[in-house]
Amino acid sequence: MNIEKVVLSIITTNKQKVSGGAPIFICETKEEMDKVAANLEAIIDGISHALSDELYIIVKH
Amino acid sequence: MNEYTYPILFGVVVGTLARFIMLRTDYRQYPTYLHGKVIHLALGFIAAGLGSVAVPAIMDKEFTAVTFLTIAASQFREVRNMERNTLTELDGYELVPRGNSYIEGIAIAFEGRNYLVIFTSLVTTLCYLVWNIGAAAIATVGCYFVIRKFMSGSTMKQIVDIEFKELYFEGAGLYVDNIYIMNIGLPERQKEILKYGMGFILTPKNFDVRSTIANLGQRQAILHDVSVSMGVFRDSGTPALSPLIKRDLDDGRIGVFVLPQDKDVEKAKQVIGAVPVLENAIRMPSESKVSKKEGRNK
Repeated sequence: MNIEKVVLSIITTNKQKVSGGAPIFICETKEEMDKVAANLEAIIDGISHALSDELYIIVKH
Repeated sequence: MNEYTYPILFGVVVGTLARFIMLRTDYRQYPTYLHGKVIHLALGFIAAGLGSVAVPAIMDKEFTAVTFLTIAASQFREVRNMERNTLTELDGYELVPRGNSYIEGIAIAFEGRNYLVIFTSLVTTLCYLVWNIGAAAIATVGCYFVIRKFMSGSTMKQIVDIEFKELYFEGAGLYVDNIYIMNIGLPERQKEILKYGMGFILTPKNFDVRSTIANLGQRQAILHDVSVSMGVFRDSGTPALSPLIKRDLDDGRIGVFVLPQDKDVEKAKQVIGAVPVLENAIRMPSESKVSKKEGRNK
């Protein structure tokens, strides 16, 4: 089976909201979260999508 | 030298010239190099030879010679395969790929043009043999117009109205007019997209066009052509910066989001307008029996 879209990692400032299989990066501030997301996006060739102000996911399309 | 030499020669020359006329390198830049052109000219020459020889063969009651044409047919099907394979291989290395439908369209054109060459040679040789060189010359001109007719397909501007719309974000969602394109999380990326991106709305002119522009291959062709003609602001490893087209399910309009390096609205409109309508994307729901019946009852 060929998986087309995968959540590669989760970046959040609110650790109450997340758990599960993908690597989770917990950040202190929104700025830190933006920075981590930008780096991860570049490293793993995915797109950062914002699910809310405190939760980003990186998805490989 | 015999009575057929000049007619055949005439047919071959005209046929090869026809292939030459049909082999234009335009913004698609394909075929680009001399070698690519040589291949197609050589095949055009072969096609012209086959077309010209068929007529004298029939006149000499050598009917089996016509089976030659079947060999030609399989030969040119091979041309189509060759073009398809090459372009598909190369497509993986394009920043904005052509897409399979566009490639298939190009491959079909390459095959079809060889048959036009056979047709041209056949007709001109026939005219030469039946009448004289004058008649053959007139037939040549006639063939030229037939070829021109076959070469020109319709373009997007004939089937849609193109309108420029500013892009905007609602939260993380990127929109063109009211059409949702995609979710971009990083504020930095959002700024880049607002700075370099452009949005267009293509409104179908009638019901048939709705399904044509909804075709994913047709949409990819639009994105590819815009990226070729206007440049594209993206690189490998930046999937967030990918041009996209999404559809408004309510009325069949499509929202085009592109990232050109040359942000000229008028030019972009012209480029989108000049995108060929892919023949495998054309649908005619209005031609179906059910719709026709409805039309009669009204």
